[in-house]
Amino acid sequence: MMTTVIETWALRKQFGSTVAVSDLSVCIRRGEVFGFLGPNGAGKTTSVKMLLGLVEPTSGGATVLGAPVGDRSCRARMGFLPEHFRFHDSLTGREFLRIHGRLLGLHGAPLERRIDDLLARVHLLEAAHRPLRQFSKGMVQRAGLAQALIGEPELVFLDEPTSGLDPLGRVLVRELIEELRARGATVFLNSHLLGEVEATCDRVAFVKQGRTVHELSLKESTAALEVELKADRTDSSTLNGLRNFAHDVRLDGSIVRLRVKSENVVPEIARWLVGQGIGIHGLGSRRKSLEEWFIEVMGEDQRPG
Amino acid sequence: MRRVDGLLTIAQLTWLEARRRRIVLAGLLCGLAFLLVFASSVYFAQHYGTPAGTVSLLQQQMQLQVVTLAGLYAVNFLVVALAVMLPVDSLSGEILSGVMQTIASKPIRRAEIVIGKWLVYWVIIAAYIVLLAGGLVLLMRLITGFTQQHLPVALALMWLEATVLLSVSIAGGVCFTTVTNGIIAFSFYVVAFFGGWIEQIGVMMGNASARYVGTVISLVSPTDALWRLAMHLIQPPAMAQVQVTPFSPASVPSAAMVWWAVAFVIGVLAIAVRRFQKRAL
Ligand SMILES: Nc1ncnc2c1ncn2[C@@H]1O[C@H](COP(=O)(O)OP(=O)(O)OP(=O)(O)O)[C@@H](O)[C@H]1O
Ligand SMILES: [Mg+2]
Repeated sequence: MMTTVIETWALRKQFGSTVAVSDLSVCIRRGEVFGFLGPNGAGKTTSVKMLLGLVEPTSGGATVLGAPVGDRSCRARMGFLPEHFRFHDSLTGREFLRIHGRLLGLHGAPLERRIDDLLARVHLLEAAHRPLRQFSKGMVQRAGLAQALIGEPELVFLDEPTSGLDPLGRVLVRELIEELRARGATVFLNSHLLGEVEATCDRVAFVKQGRTVHELSLKESTAALEVELKADRTDSSTLNGLRNFAHDVRLDGSIVRLRVKSENVVPEIARWLVGQGIGIHGLGSRRKSLEEWFIEVMGEDQRPG
Repeated sequence: MRRVDGLLTIAQLTWLEARRRRIVLAGLLCGLAFLLVFASSVYFAQHYGTPAGTVSLLQQQMQLQVVTLAGLYAVNFLVVALAVMLPVDSLSGEILSGVMQTIASKPIRRAEIVIGKWLVYWVIIAAYIVLLAGGLVLLMRLITGFTQQHLPVALALMWLEATVLLSVSIAGGVCFTTVTNGIIAFSFYVVAFFGGWIEQIGVMMGNASARYVGTVISLVSPTDALWRLAMHLIQPPAMAQVQVTPFSPASVPSAAMVWWAVAFVIGVLAIAVRRFQKRAL
């Protein structure tokens, strides 16, 4: 069983003199929900388009579902919701899905059943006979989501799927991603809504000016648990002692900040401090939020664009 | 393995779109309006024109032939307009709006997208030619009893002429925005039209270099040459030789022009497909 679904090496795309993606190197495993984060213009959409064969890379290489990037038959196993999704607005919701089902090789009764299921799933069954012209923005977006799922894909690219959706629509997207995960499908998610990414993704990569600069696992978040300690003695021997429990021990004014592998380490630290006769004024642990990560990785100087 | 019939699905989508945007209906209604105008003018000319017996039978036949040619001349313009306008925003519009992203991310060849669209427009244009030119000749016959000779070959040449323009308009849609593409494709026709006249004038005035320039232009843009060939084939040889009407070409393009036009269409489509394959969507 192949476990790597997407692998890229120094994938690069240049439009004239504009470098959209300068060095994309990621490895995404089967069944993973992968978040792709970065400021506007960082090259997220261009990366997704390269992986789908919509944009030809300038250099570098990638395999997607075991085939070189751009391979046609593999695309039958993928789904894609583009950023700013739109389609011919004279088509009805059902016709729209039928066309895309056919493009994936679905026909006849199984296709119609699949369309009915999906329309019901995205709450568009009643509106299915109306042209997309009469759909609201969120309805169009949900039709696009159904389109991305019609071929029961193994790999789904969602480029800002919740843009234009109301809170209920966002819950729907989250549920759909959970359903994909339960099915063992892989999800590649571009999003600016970090709360949402935090709630759905297993792993994220930060992309900055077309380069993947940091990767972070959110599930078995090792480096992410930060401990703050206020003690009456913070000399170097104390700090050295603390290094047995944690890595990245820093003294920040009178506060010691350290990163630990798991929450179980916190009581051990407390016991050790007490054993050393060090008075504890405060000891707390918390997970660093994705937003804090984002700002740290991107640097405060990052301006959108 | 699921069978993906990309070409057919793109053709279905294109046809559905053309119908929904009332393009087919508009073409049909305007065509019928033209035929109505044509029929009524012929009818009134026939019944309230020159009293019978004042002109010879040959003269009368010639007059009717000229009227038919004039009608076909107008039909030609309508067909040219349709061939340019019908596909003008098809690819460029879908690329611009992002519609193409959902289509092209499916397991389908980009060539199938281009050719699928082309085929549907090709058939619509054929139907339009048969409706307009066929209807015109039929009305002529019903009203005046005049029978047009060699109609099928003339219609085939008109179709080929429109096919050249259709292919240029499709190919332009890959590289240019809609309006730019429209301007280029229409200019392509007008240049040929103008080149045709230069060639005519060159022949009539015995100016070899004007004739040469005209021939070169018709090689670059073979549309007008095809039309002139059609006009030449359709009229009685006697009439074509004396060049009494503006519809009798002084310089008749060689039949090799047909093969050149076919090669031209294939070449333009090949370029369109190649460019589209490289195009970032
Ligand atoms: N077709 C194109 N031609 C020229 N430049 C392009 C093209 N597409 C993208 N770019 C440029 O490439 C860079 C990356 O764009 P991209 O759309 O991938 O960013 P993004 O990370 O998706 O941004 P956002 O968060 O705003 O969606 C931008 O600087 C953009 O201007
Ligand atoms: Mg984007």
